[in-house]
Amino acid sequence: MNFDLSYMLEVLPGIIKYLPITLLLAVVSMFFAIVIGLVIALIRNSHIFGLSHLASLYISLFRGMPTLVQLFIIYYGLPQIFPSLTTMGAMTAAIIGFSLKESSYLAEIFRAGLNSVEKGQMEAGLAVGMKKSQIYFRIILPQAALNALPATGNTFISLTKETSLAFTLGITELFAEGKMIASASMRFFETYLAVGLVYWLLIILYSWGQKYLEIWLSKPLRR
Amino acid sequence: MMIKVRNLKKQFGNVLVLNDINLDIEKGEVVAIIGPSGSGKSTLLRCLNLLEEPNGGTIEINDVKLDTLNYKSRDAYQLRQQTAMVFQHYNLFKNKTALQNVIEALIVSKKMKKENAIQIGEELLKRVGLEKQAKQYPITLSGGQQQRVSIARALAVKPHAILFDEPTSALDPELVNEVLQVIRQLADQDTTMVIVTHEMQFAKEVADKVIFMADGKIIEQGTPEQVIDHSENPRTQRFLRQLVDELDVVER
Ligand SMILES: Nc1ncnc2c1ncn2[C@@H]1O[C@H](COP(=O)(O)OP(=O)(O)OP(=O)(O)O)[C@@H](O)[C@H]1O
Ligand SMILES: [Mg+2]
Repeated sequence: MNFDLSYMLEVLPGIIKYLPITLLLAVVSMFFAIVIGLVIALIRNSHIFGLSHLASLYISLFRGMPTLVQLFIIYYGLPQIFPSLTTMGAMTAAIIGFSLKESSYLAEIFRAGLNSVEKGQMEAGLAVGMKKSQIYFRIILPQAALNALPATGNTFISLTKETSLAFTLGITELFAEGKMIASASMRFFETYLAVGLVYWLLIILYSWGQKYLEIWLSKPLRR
Repeated sequence: MMIKVRNLKKQFGNVLVLNDINLDIEKGEVVAIIGPSGSGKSTLLRCLNLLEEPNGGTIEINDVKLDTLNYKSRDAYQLRQQTAMVFQHYNLFKNKTALQNVIEALIVSKKMKKENAIQIGEELLKRVGLEKQAKQYPITLSGGQQQRVSIARALAVKPHAILFDEPTSALDPELVNEVLQVIRQLADQDTTMVIVTHEMQFAKEVADKVIFMADGKIIEQGTPEQVIDHSENPRTQRFLRQLVDELDVVER
C-alpha cells in the first residue's frame, strides 16, 4: 500500500498554520449571521404585512442559491455593477457571502425558537407593567436562545466546513493550503486526509464546548 | 370607585363576545365572576388590562381613565400599572427563580434597587408560604406552589386591584386549598380583587359581590346569597343546577 503516514504528519503543522484564517472566516461570518438572522426572525414574527413578506423573500432567496454561486456574484459580479466595489477584498466578500447565507438558515431557526417560548409569559410580563422590549430581552430571548442552540450549533458546524469554498476567491485557508501542498508533492491522499482531520478535530472541540454550554444554560429548565 | 367600566364591547371577528358590559367595583371589594364556558369571563378580565383590545367603551381604574376607541400606548401602559393578573396556568417566567419572578417587575419597571426589591420579594414569598423555595426555578415547583409565586409576583407591584382568571382550575384537587387560602388572606386584608372562578363554595365565602355572566352579558349581580343561593333568574338557576349535576357525576 502506498500510504505515507510520516508524510502526513509532516505536512500537518504547515496546514494548521492556516487554521486561524478558517476560524476567522467562520467566527466573523457567524457573528454577522446571528445578528442579521435575529433581525429577520423578529421581522418575520412581527406580522407587519409588507415587512414580514420581505423577510420571507430574503430567507427563500439566500437559502435557494448555492453558496458558491453567491460568493461569485458578490466577489466577481457586484463590482461590475458598482465599480466602487472593485476595491473589496476577497476576505470581505467571503464574509459577506457566508453571513448572508447562514443568516437565512438562522432566521428560521430563531423564529422556531421564539415561537417555542410559551406566549403566556409575554402576557404575564405585560400584566405586571413591563414593556414589551423588556420582556423580549429578559424573558423570551434567553429561553428562545436555549431552544435554538442545538440547531444554531449545527449551522456553525456546516459554516465552518463551507469556509473551504473561500479558496475559489483566492483566499488561502486550510483547504487552499492543502491543495497547494498536494499539487507540489503529488501526495494527494495524505495531504487531503490531513486537511480533513484538522476540520474534524475542530468540529469535535466545538461540539464538546457546545454540550457544556447547553448544560449550563438549561439549568433553570431542568428538574 | 376603584373600577368603573362603561359600555365595554369586544368582538372576535363577527362574534360579539362582550356585549355592552357595565361594571362598578369599590375599593376593597371582592367580586366573583361566574358563568358558563365561553360566556366571556376571561375576555372581560383581559380587557381590563388590555391584553385584549376592546372594540368600544371606557375603562376607569383608580383615576386612570381610558377610552378604548381612542388611546395611546402610553395610556395603555398607565392603565396596566393599576392592576396585576393571576393566570390559570401561572405563566411564571421559566428562566427565573421564584424570587426573581416576584421582583422582576420591581427592578425593570419600577427601577427599584436590587437589595430593596429582594427584601420585598422575600417578604412576599414568606406571605405565600414559600420562603424556602425562593431559589427554585418554576419547573421544580408544584402547580400550587407556582400559583402562589404568581400571586406574590402580582402583589409585588402593589396593584390597586388583582385580576384572577380561574386561579385553581389547572390544579390537582389536593393543591386547590393552599392557593385559596392565600386568596382568603388577601380578601381579609381588603385587597380589591376580581376573581373568575368555578368554585361556588369559595365564591360564596370570599366574595362581596357575585356576577353571573352568559353570552357576553352580565345577567345578574348581587350578594353571594342573592345570586348563588336564591337567584330568581332562570338562566342563573339553570347554570347552577348544571354545575351541581356535574359535581354529582364526578363524586359518583
Ligand atoms: N383569541 C380569540 N379569538 C377568537 N375567539 C375567541 C378568542 N378568545 C376567546 N374567544 C371566544 O370568545 C368567547 C368567550 O371566551 P372566554 O375565554 O372569554 O370565555 P370564558 O367565559 O372565559 O370561558 P371558560 O369558562 O371556558 O374559560 C368564546 O366563544 C371564545 O371561543
Ligand atoms: Mg376563561
